[in-house]
Amino acid sequence: MQVDETDRRILRHWLAEPGLDRAVLAERAGVTPATLWRRVERMREAGVIRAEAAVIDWRALGYAVEVSLRFTLDKTNPRAFDEFIAAAREVPEVTSIETFLGRVDVRLNVIARDMGHWTGIYRDRILTLPHIAEVEALMLVSTIKDAGGLPI
Amino acid sequence: MIDLDDTDRALLRALSLDGTLSAGELGRRLGLSQPAAWRRVRRLEEAGVLAGRRLEVDREGLGFGVTVFLGVKLATKGRVSLEDFERAVQAIPEVQVVQHVLGLFDYRLRVVARDLSDFERVLRRRIMTLPGVGNVEANVLLTEERRPGPLG
Repeated sequence: MQVDETDRRILRHWLAEPGLDRAVLAERAGVTPATLWRRVERMREAGVIRAEAAVIDWRALGYAVEVSLRFTLDKTNPRAFDEFIAAAREVPEVTSIETFLGRVDVRLNVIARDMGHWTGIYRDRILTLPHIAEVEALMLVSTIKDAGGLPI
Repeated sequence: MIDLDDTDRALLRALSLDGTLSAGELGRRLGLSQPAAWRRVRRLEEAGVLAGRRLEVDREGLGFGVTVFLGVKLATKGRVSLEDFERAVQAIPEVQVVQHVLGLFDYRLRVVARDLSDFERVLRRRIMTLPGVGNVEANVLLTEERRPGPLG
């Protein structure tokens, strides 16, 4: 589908504040609620809008530690990526898996209740993942900005 | 801290895929009455576990074909305050995420761009000119997968 200026305006306001009430969103985007509904449905059907997901705050559930683990894999094994990712999916504390082009091959975002819990996960579940050549940890101190906005 | 039972966890799993599910629909899926599902959602919201919505869009379809993660090391710690860097980096529209981390880098940034040459423009004009910026490492995102986390 062709996304026009009105669609882009809707998305710009919506991405900036995904929790916005539909009526407020319509007003900000300068369209009637009926137009908003029609355009959102159309963008949903065309796959421009993929999902409107709830955000879970893991800290509120007692997961105080969040670590970004950056892996370099042993690429002499052609199955390294697939096997590593399949094994990482089995670790419940992994909240996202990303693959990259660059010095880092794969990144895992991992949460833990405290440092003791983290140490256990790291030793028993992470270092035992297959085909790791190198691993580096970045411990999250604070999230200063987390916005899905696009400069459209 | 809030305690979850299996029904709460199932509810969080469902909402983290589709945050628009009504209490009626959640109740039907989990074998709860509509008011019981509503009360559970309400409790999770009040505890801060359900922390708003995230809109997932087809970034490439909207013309943003490139997502890059940057690791940034500050060069002149002490001379330039972290606040100056944080204030300036947050204002860049292409920067979606800013995280203060401990480890090899001081900050992790998620940057969106139309293509690689657009990314180069953002990097040169916006990122490399930030106050105090030192070493920067870029990794281009190929795939990303969100996992349900420890809700099993």
